[in-house]
Amino acid sequence: MVLNQFLLLSLFLFCTGVYGALVRRNGVLVLMSIELMLNAANLNLVAFSAFYKTEISGQVFALFVIAIAAAEVGVGLAIVLLLYRNLSSADLDRADSMKG
Amino acid sequence: MGPENVVFAVIAAAMVFSAIRVVTTRNIVHAALYLVIVLAGIAAQYILLASEFLAWVQVLIYIGAVLVLFLFGIMLTKAPMRGDNDLDNDQRWPAAVASLFLAGVLGTILIDGYGDVEIAEPEKIVRTGDLGRSIFHDWVIPFEVVSMLLLGALIGAIVIARRD
Amino acid sequence: MAHWAFLIPLVPAATYFVILLFGKRFGERCSYIGIGALGASWVMAAINAYQWIDRREIVRESVEWAQWGSGSIRVGTHVDGLATMMLVVVTSVSLLVHIYSLEYLRGDRRYTHYYAALSLFSASMLMLVIADNTLALLTSWELVGLCSFMLISHWWEDKDNSNAGLKAFITNRVGDVGLIVGIIILYFVAGKTFDIDTINSAALSGTIRHGTLLIAACCLLAAVCSKSGQVPLHIWLPDAMAGPTPVSALIHAATMVVAGVYMVARLYGVFFAGFSIGDGGMNLLALVGGVTMVIGASMAFVQNDIKRVLAYSTISQLGYMVAALGVGAWTGGVFHLFTHAFFKACLFLGAGSLSHACHHTFDMREMGGLRKKMPTTFLTFTIGTLALAGVPPLAGFWSKDEILNGARANDFPIIMVLGFVAAIMTAAYMGRALYLIFFGEYRGHAHPHESPKVMMVPVTILAGLAVVVGLLNAPFADYRFGQWVKFEVEVENLYGAEGAVAEGEAAAAAEGEHAAEGAAAAAEGEHAAEGEAGAEGEAAAEAEGEHAAEGEHVIVHSIAEIKELAPGETVLFEPEEHKFNIGVAGSSVAIGLVGLLIATWIYLLRKAPKNLLLVNPFRALHTLLVQKYYLDKLAVDGIAKGTAGPVADGSYWVNQKIIDGAVNGVGVTTKKYLAPFAYEQLDQFVVDGLYNGLGETTKGLGGAFRKLQNGRIQRYGLWLFFAVAILALVVALLA
Repeated sequence: MVLNQFLLLSLFLFCTGVYGALVRRNGVLVLMSIELMLNAANLNLVAFSAFYKTEISGQVFALFVIAIAAAEVGVGLAIVLLLYRNLSSADLDRADSMKG
Repeated sequence: MGPENVVFAVIAAAMVFSAIRVVTTRNIVHAALYLVIVLAGIAAQYILLASEFLAWVQVLIYIGAVLVLFLFGIMLTKAPMRGDNDLDNDQRWPAAVASLFLAGVLGTILIDGYGDVEIAEPEKIVRTGDLGRSIFHDWVIPFEVVSMLLLGALIGAIVIARRD
Repeated sequence: MAHWAFLIPLVPAATYFVILLFGKRFGERCSYIGIGALGASWVMAAINAYQWIDRREIVRESVEWAQWGSGSIRVGTHVDGLATMMLVVVTSVSLLVHIYSLEYLRGDRRYTHYYAALSLFSASMLMLVIADNTLALLTSWELVGLCSFMLISHWWEDKDNSNAGLKAFITNRVGDVGLIVGIIILYFVAGKTFDIDTINSAALSGTIRHGTLLIAACCLLAAVCSKSGQVPLHIWLPDAMAGPTPVSALIHAATMVVAGVYMVARLYGVFFAGFSIGDGGMNLLALVGGVTMVIGASMAFVQNDIKRVLAYSTISQLGYMVAALGVGAWTGGVFHLFTHAFFKACLFLGAGSLSHACHHTFDMREMGGLRKKMPTTFLTFTIGTLALAGVPPLAGFWSKDEILNGARANDFPIIMVLGFVAAIMTAAYMGRALYLIFFGEYRGHAHPHESPKVMMVPVTILAGLAVVVGLLNAPFADYRFGQWVKFEVEVENLYGAEGAVAEGEAAAAAEGEHAAEGAAAAAEGEHAAEGEAGAEGEAAAEAEGEHAAEGEHVIVHSIAEIKELAPGETVLFEPEEHKFNIGVAGSSVAIGLVGLLIATWIYLLRKAPKNLLLVNPFRALHTLLVQKYYLDKLAVDGIAKGTAGPVADGSYWVNQKIIDGAVNGVGVTTKKYLAPFAYEQLDQFVVDGLYNGLGETTKGLGGAFRKLQNGRIQRYGLWLFFAVAILALVVALLA
């Protein structure tokens, strides 16, 4: 196996996530796209962990990222819920009160 | 092309297709289901990379917990479940350009930097015990910090989402 | 008791949870739980102080808190003279404030929350003073900040109060970042340790680069500035007076705000080496303190709110303490902390009593003539005022004198002059407050009456303490008497340098005669020996340690001597008998009296021209002071609000006026002057078109830029990822 096949797959997932986070209007969908990006980063970590034989830290950090991603989803969904309660929709385009 | 590469190619193809569907489908519930495929594919890739423990954690936490959370989120925000033409905003093209640009730059760097470097056969299987020892030996402070962060996120989510 | 010192903060901490969980069931009775817990802590602190005086033995207890491959973190308690003194101060003032609050807060809507927060605050503050490592210090530092926030915005229904709480919290964040960064730097430079003693020794041993130490000390100084209200981060302290008055007395005068001063005193090795305090002249620490004491005192003049007068006075006195530490008058600074806690708490509680009597107003314009109506308050307030103004033999005189004397002796003339300036101002503004409140005619609409006993007893006790505590370090208190109470001997300070085994042996012969000068020296020697055991192996160190215990102490009598020591020696800092300088003392008394006389002349006898303050140049000065030197405006309007609206407005303005104007201008100008020389066709279709086109493009670009500020998060994200990609490209091309 070539290292790059994992890295490029991870890159693809990351960029798909970027696209999704930028175009999706629904807050939940944006969070899903962010999950894509986080998982891409995880794949990267694990691939490098397998590449450098003695290094196990990549896997440890992937675990940390999973934990942090879980926290992120919890808080993120709470924010989307609050958004929905205040604007009666989860549409991010309507949350533009920071307009300059 | 060894058998592991065939497996990789099949899984990767499914993941690529599903990932694209996650960000383009017009049905939110479908997006969540496609996300399941991507996440399961990631777990499969972990197994290919000889990280079984992570693979199972991936299945348990992402598919078991996070996805359920997403479905709850979809239901609680009363998102339209039967398809909606209006799921994307008006910056589809700029966003596509941005992500393709990013992909181009980073992809070039990767191919330039790692070329055909092989991942050698592991001499020794990393067992879950090794992982645990590493966490509680070398990374105990980050581990504690992460646990505090989870606690903070828990309290934060309650504070943000509760009605008062 | 010192071995069980962890119990002292533990009892109030447990009380916090008890009150929090069962507050509803206990109702008003929960206050007695709080008082009982603090009483227990006070008793333990008193026993500890007695044992300290008796044995003079620094006690360290620690347990392993976390251990991992390459190291471990221990937490524990460190009880020495400084900690003992702080324990006594915190528990005494806190206990009295608890009792005072019984009446002051009676019937309050969040009575139980108030007592819970007060307990938590006491616990955190007590933990802070006995912490033996910087991590525990940081934790309790943040906890006291949190309690301060909770108590400032105790009546948060009023927007002003919750804003004041937020201001305090956010301003303190600025400094906390400095504290965290400083602790991280010290962790690495001192050999991966959070232990305060080790950090001090490492800093003094000269093995750390001076620049690194300076950066670490500056980071810590930021924390001192925010917590201890030093310029320019003092802006939260006057606003913090929005909290209940007993809170102001306990937290924002006597204890929490001195946490910064305490931290400097505790990590003095870092500050001493980092700011080169031994060299004399001037350093950043002394400068910050010196500027603060004058600025704080000057702003106290123009306040009409009695609590704000006291708040600025607190800022100014904290400036004294910081300046004292900055000039190397360690004992003076810590002693001032000690005395200030009592007389300032007395003044604050007196102000609370006044407001209790006058319909909850703190406005001095609505008081006056209260001398007859509230005799106890008048008496205690006067004692507090005189103590603050530095009239002998009250507490403030001795400590202030020691600071000024220290500045003189250690060659910091500017700080001494600033100290005198601040002293005269202090006496004058306190005289002003005194005369406005207690003399003349009553100007309010309430029916003032003396406050109940529950409130006046704590105030009286504090006033009594304000009279006597200064004598603890008075020059004529001889050593026998001093065995019990003499202050500067109790709060001695010890620094040891690490890796002293090799030099220690050599030095043992030479320095031997200095050894075992006191009980503390021997005890500490053993302690140092234990420290070396790790390096040398257990068995060897036992023998080595005995040697080291005898030989490695160098006793210095002035902190300035420390810099002459070779690395590897341990320093026992034992100040000489407080040298009483009649010149400095006389001047400081004279200056205090002059200040009081000025106040008398202006405010009691009303001899000064009525509109003195409205005459130039006084008016400009007055405005400057009322506007708090515009420092608040700078922070709130300039920095906080400045980043919100004006950036968007500004970019719009730049776009509209400057870019468009410039390009259109160029277009117009070119058309005007170039036309005669050019063919009409060329002009019409090319040049003109070009410039107009440019103008239009710029306009369009401006519009596009304005669209950047559309408040849509995903549009921002788009630019973010574009920028990231470009950055990646740039890095890749450069690499």
